[in-house]
Amino acid sequence: MVQRLTHLLGIETLTREQITFFLDQAKPFQEFQRYPLKKLATLRGKTVALAFFEPSTRTRISFGTAAARLGADTMALQAEASSLKKGESLMDTVRTLEAMRPDSIVMRHSSSGAPAFVAERLGVPVLNAGDGMHEHPTQALLDALTIRDRKETLEGWNVTILGDILHSRVARSNIYLLSKFGARITLCGPAPWLPRDVESLAPGLRRSYCTEEALEGADVVMVLRVQTERLHEPALPAEEYILEYQLTPKRLQIARPDALVLHPGPMIRGLEIDPAVADGPQSCVLEQVTNGLAVRMALLYHLVGGAAPEVPQTTKE
Amino acid sequence: MRVVEKRQLLSAEEIGRTLQRLAHEIVEKSGGTANLALIGVRRRGVPLAERLATTIGGFTHSQIPVGTLDITLYRDDLSTIGPHPVVQSTEIDFPVDDRDLVIVDDVLYTGRTIRAAINGLFDLGRPRRVRLCVLVDRGHRELPIEASFVGRTVQTTDNELVEVRLKETDGEDRVVLVERAL
Repeated sequence: MVQRLTHLLGIETLTREQITFFLDQAKPFQEFQRYPLKKLATLRGKTVALAFFEPSTRTRISFGTAAARLGADTMALQAEASSLKKGESLMDTVRTLEAMRPDSIVMRHSSSGAPAFVAERLGVPVLNAGDGMHEHPTQALLDALTIRDRKETLEGWNVTILGDILHSRVARSNIYLLSKFGARITLCGPAPWLPRDVESLAPGLRRSYCTEEALEGADVVMVLRVQTERLHEPALPAEEYILEYQLTPKRLQIARPDALVLHPGPMIRGLEIDPAVADGPQSCVLEQVTNGLAVRMALLYHLVGGAAPEVPQTTKE
Repeated sequence: MRVVEKRQLLSAEEIGRTLQRLAHEIVEKSGGTANLALIGVRRRGVPLAERLATTIGGFTHSQIPVGTLDITLYRDDLSTIGPHPVVQSTEIDFPVDDRDLVIVDDVLYTGRTIRAAINGLFDLGRPRRVRLCVLVDRGHRELPIEASFVGRTVQTTDNELVEVRLKETDGEDRVVLVERAL
């Protein structure tokens, strides 16, 4: 039984072929960002609901712009995190969304699995814009596109992910994606944010609490945002984080000379990343933003329009 | 969809001669090559545009820029229920503003592809003039679109298809008329 790609809930269940397909399809949309007139009629008449139940500026604007440039209308839903029982409020959410009859839903929620919950109940394509500590698939796709463009291939790189791995859905999605392309991944951060069981996410993951050791031989360095609310936990004051884990120019020199520096944003200059590195030639942060727009346009184009027959299918388990 | 070949419309040699003639016509009716550029519509318009540019370059000694245009995003049938086709790249690395453009495609039929191509070009800038060059015009226009440069005009029925095969895309140069097998 073959099933087409209806929702984008995570990277874990995507095949290499599906990922490659969407990266390839992002290319024409990358070129599109340079056109003087950035407006298509491809999704005209369709409505994309932007259901963001967690604060977000960048991802929400990126998805909103992607939809608008394809000619779609957007419905912006921004709800505060509810204090009601999670299951209850999510069902209400589903009913509210259903009543507005969007053609597709882009959803960010603080509960892992919330987009999947909605996808099962509503008959429209759901795109996960970040769910709890689970996945942020479009971030991983735009990171992969950035790496592939700069390095001409996605295969077999040494990737170091630096920061709060435990709480990071960006890290998880990237781990799933890059390990499908043979990356040798090293996870590095303070012990409380680097539990042993992250190794089970993919085969061959390495862990290190020492930044210098983790950066050796790295082709790609992914710096994670420090979620400042967590710095008040007894484990780690900011000064210590900076001392041990900040990506400084000196530390970056330990990596390969042409290593890429990626950051999902927003950056806290002077905390997890030295401003000189953030603005240096190895930094890809601005390309990541442009690529995010292209990737999201490619996804909306195919998912809201329906996947083409040539799109590689997932097999139903 | 099964098709049955009915007859050959153009042999390899005839395609070659037709393209030669079209190349000369384009230059003649453009008053020279200044500002001229060819835009090949994917897929088969692209090798045709490249061949025309090479031929024009041969007898005028000037290099005519060639761009490739993918019209997928400008199709008028994308809102109907069904899967969206795969998008290819548009590569036009020269400015479109104020240019004398000739769109090149293999077959002109309903005109919808060319309508989409014009939309695509106008998203990139404001050309001075846009004309159309096709290898075969098979009639049955559904929009007010005309080609200034036509290789061969063929009367066809709705049940027939004009299949253009080119070395670059199909391994041989041949144009055939086929019919859908009922």
